Amino acid sequence: MADLLSVLTATEKISLSLRALYAEKGYGQYKMSKFEEYDLYAKNKEFLTSDSVITFTDTDGRLLALKPDVTLSIIKNTKESPEGKTKVYYNENVYRLHKGTGAFRELAQVGVETMGDVTEKDVVETLLLAKESLNLLSDATVLEVSHLDVVTGLAEAYGLSAQGKKEFFLALADKNEQAARSVAEAEGLTPEQTENLALLTTLYGKAEQILPLLSRFGADEKTKTAVQEFSAVLTALLNAGAENVYVDFSVLNHQNYYNGIAFKGFVKGVPTGVLSGGQYDRLMQKMKKRSKGIGFAVYPDELVKIYAGERK
Amino acid sequence: METLNIALPKGRLGEKVYALFEAAGFPCPSIKENNRKLIFENKEVGVRYFWVKPSDVAIYVERGAADIGVCGKDILNEYRPDVYELLDLGMGKCDMCVAGKADFVDDRNRTLTVATKFSRIAKEYYAAQGRDIDIVHLNGSIEIAPILGLSDVIVDIVETGTTLKENNLVVLERFLPISARLIANKANYKFRFSMIERVKQGLKELTEKNK
Repeated sequence: MADLLSVLTATEKISLSLRALYAEKGYGQYKMSKFEEYDLYAKNKEFLTSDSVITFTDTDGRLLALKPDVTLSIIKNTKESPEGKTKVYYNENVYRLHKGTGAFRELAQVGVETMGDVTEKDVVETLLLAKESLNLLSDATVLEVSHLDVVTGLAEAYGLSAQGKKEFFLALADKNEQAARSVAEAEGLTPEQTENLALLTTLYGKAEQILPLLSRFGADEKTKTAVQEFSAVLTALLNAGAENVYVDFSVLNHQNYYNGIAFKGFVKGVPTGVLSGGQYDRLMQKMKKRSKGIGFAVYPDELVKIYAGERK
Repeated sequence: METLNIALPKGRLGEKVYALFEAAGFPCPSIKENNRKLIFENKEVGVRYFWVKPSDVAIYVERGAADIGVCGKDILNEYRPDVYELLDLGMGKCDMCVAGKADFVDDRNRTLTVATKFSRIAKEYYAAQGRDIDIVHLNGSIEIAPILGLSDVIVDIVETGTTLKENNLVVLERFLPISARLIANKANYKFRFSMIERVKQGLKELTEKNK
């Protein structure tokens, strides 16, 4: 067995240890084909990180694609159980455009999805699993969590125009306080509203430090509910003993598909995020499903840099 | 203490930016020695500065070789690096402009040829107006393109306008104010938060005072 382990590459070791973790937690393995009908991606283009997809025509004339994403396929192919829950994990390769080279690249992805009657308990469980996944990868990790309904709700409650919202979300993603203030000024917000938008843009810290500050973002019934939900999730995470959980509203998944909790994981020494996830009830609705969903993916390829030395 | 890696744009702007960092409490005296070194470190304060080509600062930061850096808004809009934009330093101010010959009249019946270093910015600017354009991507001496008939207009950054004037060109439209921005790598920001935040606050107080 020792010999077997020694031949594994760093990426393979990561994938295997994550799979073992998810199987142990009761997630069933989901296997899928490398191809999917292109139509699935054409309909949900904004859900993908890039709208470039490798396509080809099958012998029967159907337009197929090498899958750029796993979540869409799992939702499409999983039978619904709105009252129950389907919990799966996967270890697949996806084909995406690489920003640096401008060419397509094969990328490993290991992740989990919970679909069905997703409750707060499932959200917390998924976040804890994300944290545990990060801990498997390195000793120095950060999981940062946001709540999209607080962000979108606040923009809505303050009556931002469509253009104003777009600019505010950009400012938020960039942590650009000055840009957030100019949006507030252009939209004629009150000084208090302006301060809240500016604070939302710069707010960053451990969950226990930020929790007491969240109530100021409860501007109306909708945002108050969102703040309550967010606080409850953060409190549950802290009670479960999760360390290094940060609140960061710059984690913005696409609002047409995602809602509620959104999160990202970072490992010291890797310049980009290595884990990304969130609740995607809106995507489920778009795909004519009645149930809810939450999940995340880990990108082992990104981690190879820090393990490069260990291969010797 | 872990050293904070800071990428500065080589040149006049970079020297002004360094002076601001120094005044904010992050000096590195060796940087002022007149030599060809590109990396300078002050272990006591915990900073390491390096000079890179201005358009490369964002790449160093995005890839995490630098934790933070300073680069122009033009570079951020053109290349859209995945970084945080923490602060407008209010220096290196200029405008992204459309310029052309003084007698230029836009004939909307034909495709407009635009010479520029900033293809994406030019494309987005004209797309917003529904104007059909052809882009000639150049890497320098953009000003001569209209004179030689290579393009109808140029899209470029204009600071004083002297170069344009000397080549008999005029600014037709200023559409995007540019200035130097403090940027940070998204992952390193989490692990060096307190140090980066100290630098940001120090610079912020100075820029507000300089206003």
